[in-house]
Amino acid sequence: MRKLLPLLAVVALVSASAVAQSSSEPVPPKEMKWSFDGVFGTYDRGALQRGFQIYKEVCSSCHSLNMVAFHDLAGPGGPGFTELQAKAIAAGYKIPAEPNERGEITDERGNRLTRPGVLADHFPQPFPNEQAARANNGGALPPDLSLIIKARNGGADYVYSILTGFTETPPHGFAVMSGKYYNPYFAGRNISMPPPLKRGSVSFADGTPASVSNEAKAVVTFLAWASEPQLEARHRIGFEVLAFLLLLAGLLFLAYRKVWHDKH
Amino acid sequence: MAEHSSYVPGSGLTRWLDQRLPIIRLVNDSFVSFPTPRNLNFWYTFGGVLTFMLAIQIVTGIVLAMHYVPNSEMAFLSVEQRIMREVNYGWLIRYLHSNGASMFFLAVYIHMFRGLYYGSYKSPREVLWILGVFIYLLMVMTAFFGYVLPWGQMSFWGATVITSLFSALDQLVPHLGTSITTWLWGGFAVDDATLNRFFSLHYLMPFVIAGVVGLHIWALHVPGNNNPLGIDVKGPQDMVPFHPYYTVKDGFFLVLFIIVFLSFVFYAPNFFGNPDNYIQANPMVTPTDIVPEWYLLPFYAMLRSVPQKLLGVLVMGGALVSLLFLPWLDSSKVRSCRFRPLMKQLFWIFAADCVLLGFCGSQTADASWTIAGAQLPLVWIARLGTLFYFAFFWVLMPWIGKIEVTRPLPESIAQSVLGDGE
Amino acid sequence: MVNATNPEPTRRDFLYIATGAAVTVGAAFAAWPFIDQMNPSSAVLAMASIEVDLAAIQPGQQVIFKWRGHPLFVRRRTAKEIAAARAVPVSSLVDGLARNANLKDSAPASDENRVIKPEWLVLVGVCTHLGCIPTVSTPQSPQGSFGGWLCHCHGSEYDTAGRIRKGPAPQNLFVPPYAFTGPTKIKIG
Repeated sequence: MRKLLPLLAVVALVSASAVAQSSSEPVPPKEMKWSFDGVFGTYDRGALQRGFQIYKEVCSSCHSLNMVAFHDLAGPGGPGFTELQAKAIAAGYKIPAEPNERGEITDERGNRLTRPGVLADHFPQPFPNEQAARANNGGALPPDLSLIIKARNGGADYVYSILTGFTETPPHGFAVMSGKYYNPYFAGRNISMPPPLKRGSVSFADGTPASVSNEAKAVVTFLAWASEPQLEARHRIGFEVLAFLLLLAGLLFLAYRKVWHDKH
Repeated sequence: MAEHSSYVPGSGLTRWLDQRLPIIRLVNDSFVSFPTPRNLNFWYTFGGVLTFMLAIQIVTGIVLAMHYVPNSEMAFLSVEQRIMREVNYGWLIRYLHSNGASMFFLAVYIHMFRGLYYGSYKSPREVLWILGVFIYLLMVMTAFFGYVLPWGQMSFWGATVITSLFSALDQLVPHLGTSITTWLWGGFAVDDATLNRFFSLHYLMPFVIAGVVGLHIWALHVPGNNNPLGIDVKGPQDMVPFHPYYTVKDGFFLVLFIIVFLSFVFYAPNFFGNPDNYIQANPMVTPTDIVPEWYLLPFYAMLRSVPQKLLGVLVMGGALVSLLFLPWLDSSKVRSCRFRPLMKQLFWIFAADCVLLGFCGSQTADASWTIAGAQLPLVWIARLGTLFYFAFFWVLMPWIGKIEVTRPLPESIAQSVLGDGE
Repeated sequence: MVNATNPEPTRRDFLYIATGAAVTVGAAFAAWPFIDQMNPSSAVLAMASIEVDLAAIQPGQQVIFKWRGHPLFVRRRTAKEIAAARAVPVSSLVDGLARNANLKDSAPASDENRVIKPEWLVLVGVCTHLGCIPTVSTPQSPQGSFGGWLCHCHGSEYDTAGRIRKGPAPQNLFVPPYAFTGPTKIKIG
């Protein structure tokens, strides 16, 4: 609503300047340029594939990606893996198996029986339940990443800022809680997630230097796709539909003028 | 209207049908030959826009219900995974429906303010206006039920906060309010039972709205349209048949409206949304800022501006109920603000007041403005805004009509349009 | 719109015709998403093809898998069952066509045309009469008189190659599209 009205934008500026910048208030996210911004935005295929690699090798040890299926990796508008590549990726994951012919879902030692993933499967969760996830992360719950870009104010910029925001040193006198990390972009500035990305965390097959910022850009692009897998179709269809409607509006305007020319 | 019917059946078959079910005659008399004032402007095209939006919401809603699961375990997943990712064009249909709700309210607010500006609620159109207010109230309820269905954090906490308004009745009769909320929820909190009944009601209410829209159009066609001059039509020279004059005009502006609507759907589908609703409902954690959808913000600001719980609910309800009395609160003999210099200014102040209240509603409860070094809590701005809202209806409108010196009305619509006009 | 006394459409008429045509075409395109949404979703299509391991199936045993919402019969036939199926002349069959998605539609219903490897009979377990699920026949519990399957709904009897021999069903049980991906692994669909 306030975005709709210039009058209120002025008012908002007045009030924004009034907000006291207390030291635990988060800093506004960095403003980045993304390949998927704008009317003709599409996902950078290279970044999607690199970002998938980072999700797989770094994020997935704590964060689930429940809503994404392996066949999505080979789908239109996605990272552009071939079906064979997607199959191989799926087969590399262990999926909790269905009960075997004796009705068991665990082996003799109590370990969960698994089977290799297939295209129809979704990414498996790193922890079997919320309690296990919390127990392994110092009481914090790593959120599912399927919708993370749409579920945060600031979207892609925010997630990028969090991922690259660990290098900044706390202001003088700021107390970082024990077991937490300083990140000025996070609410309260104390975040439970340890810095996930380091220079050279992964080695990119396409030769892109594995700097923290390149890694963050790639994984944010991948997560943006995971949040909005239909974005490319949406942008393309939207352009066609609006172009048609503008033409139709033109025709209707001419018809309107013709009909009314003797009545005004 | 039947006595003025200009319909002449063109063939034996239509004559046969006309004697048994004069439906073609009804459509012809209502939307083809219907005599309409020749001077209706752009602001009068929103009735057509609203009919279109109701149809869009019903069609997309029926489709979404084919894939949606009204179960607290599965609702979020059925929307965000099944509909948004798996169903063919599911994303498009969902974004049409969610943005369609905002567009529906945008159009209804323009339609209502247009009626207010041109005095379309005044005699003989009081029933038309009241039916319109009922449609608006039904829309608010439908939108509220619908917003709960995706079962995100805002869905859940919005449902909790709004249904908890009834608990204010405990202050009148002990346990009355609590019993009502328990009954509404089907439990001790918003949960699966609540979601199920809200889904059922959300599916039902659009058809109730469609029925009242039928009455609204009927009540419009008995006295005929008001017009920007607010004067009665004097004869055929003041009128044009609805078709083709207003079908083409409404059609043109409808397409412009659709362009705006679809620009949001395709390029900013989450503009009106709240990121918290992309997080699954969690009864154990409340989001930091609970904000209703933009179209309810003014009422939310009024609710929050009153420090006493029951009084706050009554004020919010009173703001809606005041609309019903409008035809009798306005004491002026002249309809259109074009000829009412005082009312015209008051109208714009009232419109700005609604926007200001909306802004207050969108801010956190403890927000404040710093003007010239002084802290001015927004809650006080909202209180002033609320006071003006009620004063506008209950004090200023009855009073202004009595003291206002109106400008001279034109002889007729035809003279105004064909003569030197505006 | 076209004036009867003036057969040439005027420029004005042309404008109206073009506008009407644009509205019609636009409405037709807009209808497509609302129709297509009822087609199988990507999740359903992802399940359209499955891979199963047959290693655990014993001779004479039938195992049922679920494929595209229907039961899929995989029967490891004994030499006796294969011989019984091969002894039947095709000309004596009710349905002379193989009904095998891996072969041409005109392929005859010989036992060779009903299988890829004679030992493994893979069938869609839906009676071709009205869609009930036939019950498998075993030497311990014979169903019907042809050693294959009996459909209890209306008494259709199938032989050990899944061919209709008696009863109201018009066609042999369908052989789905499948291929061996290993000695005892098949991919269906």
